[in-house]
Amino acid sequence: MLKSKASKLAGILLLSASMLLAACGKSDDKTSSTSKNALEQIKERDKMVVGVKYDTRLFGLKNPNTGEVEGFDIDISRELAKEILGDENKVEFKEVTSKTRIPMLNNGDIDMIVATMTISEERKKEVDFSDVYFHAGQSLLVKKGSPIKGLEDLKKGTKVLAVKGSTSALNIREKAPEATVLEFENYTEAFTALKSGQGDALTTDDAILYGMADQDPNYTLVGGTFTEEPYGIAVKKGNKELVDAINKALKNMRDSGKYDEIKNKWIKTNE
Amino acid sequence: MIDFSILIDHFDTYLEGFKNTILASIIGLIGSFIIGVIIAVMRIAPIKPFNWIGTAYVEFIRNIPLLIIAFFFYVGLPAVGIQLNGFVAGTIALAIYTASFIAEAIRAGILSVPKGQMEAARSSGLTYLQAMKAVILPQAIKIVIPPIGNQFINLVKNSSILGIIAGLDLMYFGDIVSSHTFVTFDVYIFVGLFYLVLTIPLSYGVRYLERRLARSY
Repeated sequence: MLKSKASKLAGILLLSASMLLAACGKSDDKTSSTSKNALEQIKERDKMVVGVKYDTRLFGLKNPNTGEVEGFDIDISRELAKEILGDENKVEFKEVTSKTRIPMLNNGDIDMIVATMTISEERKKEVDFSDVYFHAGQSLLVKKGSPIKGLEDLKKGTKVLAVKGSTSALNIREKAPEATVLEFENYTEAFTALKSGQGDALTTDDAILYGMADQDPNYTLVGGTFTEEPYGIAVKKGNKELVDAINKALKNMRDSGKYDEIKNKWIKTNE
Repeated sequence: MIDFSILIDHFDTYLEGFKNTILASIIGLIGSFIIGVIIAVMRIAPIKPFNWIGTAYVEFIRNIPLLIIAFFFYVGLPAVGIQLNGFVAGTIALAIYTASFIAEAIRAGILSVPKGQMEAARSSGLTYLQAMKAVILPQAIKIVIPPIGNQFINLVKNSSILGIIAGLDLMYFGDIVSSHTFVTFDVYIFVGLFYLVLTIPLSYGVRYLERRLARSY
């Protein structure tokens, strides 16, 4: 009895040790095995795992009443599942933030990122992008009646709030080098900080700012857009088949009018 | 293995965060100690309302997460017109939070001094405060050094809460370096090492004090 218990324990220990080792060696053998057939893997599993935002109104927001995530990115992911796997329900959503999405993709936690992610040269070194699926541009959100009317008003001493890991945080340092940039974990925290007067303006893509202005009408966008932010769907580097499949699905969506339907459902530009 | 170029390329960024972490820790240490002593004295003073206030403070503060206290000072207080930046809000939260643990450590230390000591001091004509200062506290201090040392070490590590409310500390800049280089593991290894640079000397300092005070009585 005692002996079997001891051997059981030893077995568990050995198992956990080997799992640890496997986790350490993951990055090497995963790339070789997934690089060929990420698309096949999805098909074999008959489900795609998509990293989406849970805190971004209009794009990916967890509805506290239903517990469901909703938004433009969600509907696009469902359409992708429909195009690739034939069923819009064969998709599993995992929450990512701007900070966690690339590590999660590279760890194999998710198959793709559909999370308001801007295509940039720097990121292309880390991941592969699909064609542009949404054109956004960086803008500023301020309290109505704020003296800040645009980029030129971001002078020394003004505090601009941004989100850690976002391109907008990098851009704003270039466009308004005088201003102090404070970075937060996610958009909710950044917006809360703006609302409590911890900053003078919040900067990120207009699409996200529209969602915030939609939520609290005391806030408004100013100064138009000052960057081009083409959103792309990211997959692990070296997965050409998957990128091709996504691009084909996106094209089909545009051709069928489904894309515009989804876009108009969520994004109401009031310009 | 670990990519040291991250540390070299972003050394200034790390250093700025490190400076602010040191500053927050020092202010936090002093602040939490002062508040902690006051609360401990209130908890054991022979005046009932003081006991209530002290108990309420300890039970309320130590039983809620530090993060919530920090958020309260950062985004809660502006609602009543008090605007604190991330660094100040986080440091105050740190001092207030740690003080509740320090108060408990000090109270336990004072109570562990035999009751007869206070009675003897009072009957030889000392007031309560005089007796406290001259007789009880010098004996209690030996007992409370190790637990307070632990709290100080915790405080240094807990100062990483500043990273969440844009307090410009080591953790905040660690997050920034990580998000701009797409490197996660290595960046935080260096962040951890910077914390060790602070906590290990603190740990040894506490041990040294402990030994010295043990000798002096």
